Amino acid sequence: MDRTPQCPLDLPVELRELAERSPVSRVRIWDGSTAWLITGYAEARAVLTDPRASSDQRLPGYTFAAPQAKAFHTRNRSMPTVDDPEHAYLRRMVTADFSHRKAEALRPVFQRTVDELVDAMLAAGNTADLFADLAVPMSSKAICEVLGVHHSEGERFAALGRIMAVPGSPDAVHSRVVEDMRALLGSLVRQARTEPGDGVIGHLVRAGELPDEEIIATALLVMAAGHGATAHMTTLGTMALLTHPDQLALVRDSRDPAFIANAVEELLRYLSVAHLGRRRVAKEDLEVAGVLIRKGEGIIVATDTANHDPRAFDGDPDALDLHRDARHHLAFGFGVHQCLGQQLSRVLLQVVYGTLYRRIPTLELAIPVDQISYKLDLAIYGVNELPVKW
Amino acid sequence: MRIHLDRDKCIGSGQCVLAAPEWFDQDEDGIAVVLVESVPEKEWDEVNRAAYTCPALAISLGSE
Repeated sequence: MDRTPQCPLDLPVELRELAERSPVSRVRIWDGSTAWLITGYAEARAVLTDPRASSDQRLPGYTFAAPQAKAFHTRNRSMPTVDDPEHAYLRRMVTADFSHRKAEALRPVFQRTVDELVDAMLAAGNTADLFADLAVPMSSKAICEVLGVHHSEGERFAALGRIMAVPGSPDAVHSRVVEDMRALLGSLVRQARTEPGDGVIGHLVRAGELPDEEIIATALLVMAAGHGATAHMTTLGTMALLTHPDQLALVRDSRDPAFIANAVEELLRYLSVAHLGRRRVAKEDLEVAGVLIRKGEGIIVATDTANHDPRAFDGDPDALDLHRDARHHLAFGFGVHQCLGQQLSRVLLQVVYGTLYRRIPTLELAIPVDQISYKLDLAIYGVNELPVKW
Repeated sequence: MRIHLDRDKCIGSGQCVLAAPEWFDQDEDGIAVVLVESVPEKEWDEVNRAAYTCPALAISLGSE
């Protein structure tokens, strides 16, 4: 849906109007079919925790966000596209690598990565593209660390990652790029079969339960789901702060990790970059806010709109307020499919927001704010270029 | 207040540890564990938040 050009960070007007009328609406989507749109916070939680609302993309009635998503997910069957018990079986194999403790253990590694990238930006002059020079390489290195990609393969991984960081774009789902990434991950899995290292790939190989093809699918999922979202949160979060100088000052001047952590939650809520909704299909009839959703009907849970529901968040949910208690937001989804990498993403965002503005206190946009172009049609909302200067 | 955790439902999101680190941890497989089951009243907010933000609805809170 289009957003008002003057207010690129606000929810699309059409979506807001639907939400004001009812937490559940009937909508027509890109392929001409109809689906139920859930815009209320409580209703979103209810649907996302209801086992009758299936994630199985093979079921008739499932609504895809875009033709590219349909092509990608039909080819890559993995955790987000299956229900329990198959989903739980796959997820349990990797939960150890995504725990809160694991994420905290990586904090110094992420800090070093961000510091080195900021050093390089400062050494190169007084301008940069925050997406290409910081957000993407940071996110790529973090994912290499999580998967256990050797440094020797890091460059090739990063090159493919740069393309895949624009999720949903024709290039990112271009079969050649995905196939190249699949081939690279395949060679990493084969290497791990003889010498399993740390990280998700090594652990899945050691567990000895999954064939190579499924380990590759899991690694590809981590890459596809985590890379772009974190990169775009970094760039769009910076853009949001640069256009809210009072809020930027709070982050820049804070030395309190608890405040930075709270700021990350509010930015996750406010921006809700996964803006195309969580997709489900009713496996059986279910009722949401008095509306009957029949078996076989598609459901789109608009977590971005739910994150702006005034019944769920104090004050004005359309405002960015870094002191707000937003920790119950749905930016990572809800229910059993909630983002696997959320704790890693949190720590990485705390590190980058907590470092960038402190180290470059004069950071500002290098182009007028109305010349920034947004990617409305991609799975993750964001800007693919953010020229900054200092 | 007493914490009941259904470990079979847990998906290892880590939300409980984030919300109430004094009361929850994750084991070596990433699955939640309760550190202390009985919660004094002054700590109810944290534990309520852990239950509310658990995406798998694996935490329920009962009376002592």
